[in-house]
Amino acid sequence: MSTPRLQLTGITKRYPSVVANSDVSLTVMPGETHAVLGENGAGKSTLMKIIYGSVKPDAGSVMFNGQTVTIANPQEARALGLSMVFQHFSLFDTLTVAENVWLGLSKTLTLAQVTRSIEVKAAEYGLDIDPARPVHTLSVGEMQRVEIIRALLTHPQLLILDEPTSVLTPQAVEKLFVVLKKLASEGCSILYISHKLHEIRELCTACTVLRGGKVTGVCNPQQESNASLSRLMIGAEPPQLHHREQDPGPSQLRVSGLTLPRADQFGVNLENISFEVRSGEVVGIAGVSGNGQKELQRALSGEDTRAARGSVRIGRTDVTALHPGQRRAMGLHFVPEERLGRGAVPTLSLAHNLLLTRQESIAWPKLMGGWIRVSQLEAKAADIIARFNVKAGGPRSLARSLSGGNLQKFIVGREIDANPKLFVVSQPTWGVDVGAASQIRAAILALRDAGCAVLVISEELDELFEVCDRLHVIARGQLSPSVPVAEATVEKIGEWMSGLWDDEVQARLAQMDQEAVHAQA
Amino acid sequence: MLKLEARPEPSRFWTYASPVLALMTTVIIGALLFSALGKNPVKGLEMFFWQPISSAYAVGELLVKATPLLIIALGLAVCFRSNVWNIGAEGQYIMGAIFAGGVALLAGPGTSAWIVLPILLAGVFGGVVWASVTALLRDRFHANEILVSLMLVYVAVQCLSFLVSGPWKDPMGFNFPQTKTFEAMTRIPRLFNGSRVNIGIFLALLGVVGLWVFLFRTRAGFALQVGGLAPAASRYAGFSSSRALWSALLISGGAAGLAGALEVAGPIGQLTIYVPAGYGFAAIIVAFVGRLHPMGMVLSAILMSMFYIGGEMAQSRLGLTKSLTGVFQGLLLFSLLACDTLVNYRWVHRMKGRT
Repeated sequence: MSTPRLQLTGITKRYPSVVANSDVSLTVMPGETHAVLGENGAGKSTLMKIIYGSVKPDAGSVMFNGQTVTIANPQEARALGLSMVFQHFSLFDTLTVAENVWLGLSKTLTLAQVTRSIEVKAAEYGLDIDPARPVHTLSVGEMQRVEIIRALLTHPQLLILDEPTSVLTPQAVEKLFVVLKKLASEGCSILYISHKLHEIRELCTACTVLRGGKVTGVCNPQQESNASLSRLMIGAEPPQLHHREQDPGPSQLRVSGLTLPRADQFGVNLENISFEVRSGEVVGIAGVSGNGQKELQRALSGEDTRAARGSVRIGRTDVTALHPGQRRAMGLHFVPEERLGRGAVPTLSLAHNLLLTRQESIAWPKLMGGWIRVSQLEAKAADIIARFNVKAGGPRSLARSLSGGNLQKFIVGREIDANPKLFVVSQPTWGVDVGAASQIRAAILALRDAGCAVLVISEELDELFEVCDRLHVIARGQLSPSVPVAEATVEKIGEWMSGLWDDEVQARLAQMDQEAVHAQA
Repeated sequence: MLKLEARPEPSRFWTYASPVLALMTTVIIGALLFSALGKNPVKGLEMFFWQPISSAYAVGELLVKATPLLIIALGLAVCFRSNVWNIGAEGQYIMGAIFAGGVALLAGPGTSAWIVLPILLAGVFGGVVWASVTALLRDRFHANEILVSLMLVYVAVQCLSFLVSGPWKDPMGFNFPQTKTFEAMTRIPRLFNGSRVNIGIFLALLGVVGLWVFLFRTRAGFALQVGGLAPAASRYAGFSSSRALWSALLISGGAAGLAGALEVAGPIGQLTIYVPAGYGFAAIIVAFVGRLHPMGMVLSAILMSMFYIGGEMAQSRLGLTKSLTGVFQGLLLFSLLACDTLVNYRWVHRMKGRT
């Protein structure tokens, strides 16, 4: 048996409030694609940062190609032959592809040399990219290609990829896998971090599962089932959701011809967006982030009131000129994807965070905005904490002291508890552990069953297929027609995510014209 | 080896203990300073920390100086809590003094003592007018309020200097840059004979209660602070940021103007070029040392007032320079900033042998 490419033994890393890694061991062989599987907060990122030298472990040893090494910083890691592609790209928007790659390489090379080597690598691995393009004109998938090429140009023996598919369309994921398989066949080891079971089963030949900072299993994922991996990862299988058949009621939200120029340089223009959400249905908007979701949310919530009059209606009322408080008074409750700083004020208590969107504990609202009844407010917060199973010290705990999943439960709970007529939620389960995620999804479905109109904006296709009745796709600021979930497939939605619904729409229109002709004849 | 490590939660203990430790550090460095200057450190410290409270009269003087500091700091706390950086309270204070002085100059021998009320209102109005310039420029043209409010201090100083050496100059004043002494009935009513303490202190304490209620019990106060703590959350909630900007600046401008009125119609009794005494700047330190909390600022205003008096004492009795006041203010602020590290961090003892 050959020497392992990378061998971690007994890695432990403590932070003041948590033990991120506890006695973690991991062995990666040459040419192996090794998955590190675990929920958010299981300690995957800390472990990768330790390997890459940006965090020092409190205990344990790292061996690379049989040699014990102490990696003090990422430069040393790269010199050893380790390379990492981060989940959040580190590219300069205003520079070109070649310039960005050049920044990370040896200073002795000229820009022309770098450009040539990018072209060579790109051709070798089928990573289609133009080195002269400025980064801000690239799609997210293309940016990732730049990151991968940059990593490959350092000739790595071990490539670390952190949640590489979270921003990709299903088609782009397939292309990525082709590249990774080619790399592995050439002897490069790959550490693949993910929580998506089917990807790991397709790509990886070994897998280390982390839960709560500890290794809970080492296995060959291709011989496991989703259920058995899920048990290793979360200790249980996620509960099934019940989707009850029901006919939608009257329209609650109607967006017609919403066109909005972007507010900042790196934003997205919204072009002629039309859709409606009716009582008792969940409508989903899929799409890779950065395709206009943020802009659409602001136009719906009232944080952006530049939309043309009449283009956004709640019930029958034109709300384009109303600010968020006024729209909330009409029954629109909105959960943004940023929890700390937007959905909640980090340094305020949970009880006071209720005041952002709730008015119940306010007396004499005419005078100075009203008198805050603190005991009533705290009782309400305690109520929401209990009802939505939020793990928190109590109504007086600061928002920032909660874990991401628990804060999300509190924020979703705060808005659902208001009995909205129209509920808009963005990335409802982003960074939330599997248990909390299924609880939030169940709450969304319960709201729908109670007759609320729900709009879910999410990047997670699995989630949308689970909770929605109809799906739209947003791409480059344009919205696709809607398709009932029963008729949608991952492939089709994936194609639409690259903006390829026009042909299909044209075809269907042509077909309808023909039918009309037939009907006349 | 000692090492700083982030705490999972800010320490409640150090939130209160840090100002105490900062004060102790200030005292120790102060003692070293006096020794270095060749003075007896005990004598020196006595000027700052004992003389100001050694007699009823001295306590009265302490309160006379603490009152404007507290009133200005109360207003500034609203600003700083809503992330509006009004550095120009000194200018608003001067404008308040000018407006109040203008009304006071109108009084003749037969005027009723009720003129005090219009004098105070004029002071508030003057401060509000001056602060609204900053608010307008920030709101309409996105001008930086730090620069604008600070620059307006110097404009206010020039206005005052023009008035007291031009149109409002006392014809009997031997060409000194000052107005005539105001009529007796314009003087802010004093509380006791033999002390300069006046009803201003009640206004300040009323302000303390009012600010507490506003910040912690009204939704308007809540909305203002959310704007400071998390602007995106404030937009999400639908709180108006321009309303927050205007109310923060107008409240603090009004408070500074009131302090100016109380000062010219109280202890000073006329407009001179010596009206700007730096209270507007010292109040920034008062506000932060008091943790922007109404009760905390009562204590820090008294402390800061001790430094003012101590500086004067050190000058007259020990022959040291009055700038010691500024040195002590600076020492306290720096020590506090340093000690505040302990609120969010703690010392940990690292075993040797591990790297």
